Amino acid sequence: MQAYITLTRRELGTFFYSWIGYVVIAGAVFLTGLSFVILLRQLQAEPTPMPITEIFLSLCYWLIVLFSAPIITMRLFAQEKYSGTFETLMTTPVSDIAVVVAKFSAAIIFYMIMWLPLLICILVLKYFSRGSNMLDPGTLGSTFLGIFLVGILYMSIGCFASALTKNQIVAAMISFAIGLAFFFASYLNEPLAPQKSWEVEALNTVCILEQMKDFARGVVDTRYIAFYVTACVFFLFLTYRVIESRRWK
Amino acid sequence: MMIEVSNLTKRYAGNTAVSDLSFTVNRGEIVGLLGPNGAGKSTTMRILSCFIPATSGTARVAGLDVFTQANEVRRSIGYMPENNPLHDDMRVREYLKFRARLKGLGLSRSRQRVDAVIAQCGLNDVSKRIVGQLSKGYRQRVGLADALVHEPQLIILDEPTIGLDPSQIRVVRQLIKELGTHHTVLISSHILPEVEMTCNRVMIMRDGRILASDTPENLEKSMGRTGHIIAEIAAPLEDLQACWESMAEVAHFNIAPCEGDYHRCSLTAVGGQDLRPKIFDAVRDRNWKLRELFRLRHSLEDVYIRLTRPESEEETR
Repeated sequence: MQAYITLTRRELGTFFYSWIGYVVIAGAVFLTGLSFVILLRQLQAEPTPMPITEIFLSLCYWLIVLFSAPIITMRLFAQEKYSGTFETLMTTPVSDIAVVVAKFSAAIIFYMIMWLPLLICILVLKYFSRGSNMLDPGTLGSTFLGIFLVGILYMSIGCFASALTKNQIVAAMISFAIGLAFFFASYLNEPLAPQKSWEVEALNTVCILEQMKDFARGVVDTRYIAFYVTACVFFLFLTYRVIESRRWK
Repeated sequence: MMIEVSNLTKRYAGNTAVSDLSFTVNRGEIVGLLGPNGAGKSTTMRILSCFIPATSGTARVAGLDVFTQANEVRRSIGYMPENNPLHDDMRVREYLKFRARLKGLGLSRSRQRVDAVIAQCGLNDVSKRIVGQLSKGYRQRVGLADALVHEPQLIILDEPTIGLDPSQIRVVRQLIKELGTHHTVLISSHILPEVEMTCNRVMIMRDGRILASDTPENLEKSMGRTGHIIAEIAAPLEDLQACWESMAEVAHFNIAPCEGDYHRCSLTAVGGQDLRPKIFDAVRDRNWKLRELFRLRHSLEDVYIRLTRPESEEETR
């Protein structure tokens, strides 16, 4: 446990030692701010029955996720392998699982820090809307739960991609490609939508776009939670196997 | 017994890095692993430090098996890999503290040990500097401090002085020598004088096997005595020639003029015997002046070159 905490702190610290952490946060803040401005203009023009969290996330949300996830995670293992510190790390009395989980934890904590400005925007909106009930804490909670769940999926994909290679650029590209595949998988069931078949059911399970919309609307479906958690565990397990592969290669 | 390795073999995709290796290292020894690149030194060290497992064979460190009790073994080993990789973005004290905590030391204990290794490795002046900005000599000391921070019984250093300038090498060598008083040390190196000066025992490796294992002195002796003598004598050239020709034990000689009246004579004795007393007597009888007289010895370098020469080269000779 001590090793896990030490390693997580160190990994989290690395984001702020280098420019990368600040650049990613600045990019996310810019896009969140842009969404905020667009949202305000829309609200000024006409009233809408949609929860504002849903409108918010329909704008730049996926752009931020798709681009920030590879950048946040590319360094995790690739950098250590490239510089050789992977060898000094793996010769300390720390288990492979602890290393994988610590790096993943640091990435997801950083990812959630990156989304804090969104919370500020929403609170500003709430303050100026003076008591209207357009923002209930439940919807806000489920939105952030959705952001967190998408985060664990994309961070685990990033961990896996970073463990595969020594080269950070290659790691980022692999992670971006897998992330993009998940994103586009959401569009696959559109032409099939009216039919009732197992293919549609299967595609609905991985339809992260629709799932995120539900979360932003305040709908929490345990099937979605199960999907994100299992997918995350699956990618972390793959990461663990890649790290462990040095033992049997 | 600190290290017991028996029949250790490591194969990477189709090529054998270490083949049927067996050796032991006693507590308190400083042992040097010598060998050309690709001899299997680093692989052996990586197996001992539990980074990679062997294909077959067993290795025990302080009585613990490196495959089944890896975490316990890692606690008793301080390992510095080749090229000494460090986290360049951290400060020296912060890095050492991080490593100490990672190795399972408690909060106050890690603070105490970090202070101790900073003093021991002479890092006081740079403890607040960023690792990436340090000179190579200081980086090497940070690596050593990291290897020492959890008070391991065994210290494994892979090429600790590679890329350092002569004065830095001297400092690191002195540090390693001091380590030998409290720890067992296993170092690998290409640099022969270093091994000769710091190690109690040398193991020479080639193609994943140990070719020789003994003290540096015994290895030199094993090459056999040489009968080459060098003498610098002030005497006329003709007299010197006459003198050596009259001496039955001299198989071959060569005389070259030096500054002043001196001549440098290199003599080869019949059957490798020691000619020095005879030469001294001859010089004294003739009232010549003698300013240098010594027998050429085989160095560890000769042993190393002879043992690590590729087989094909040996055959062509």
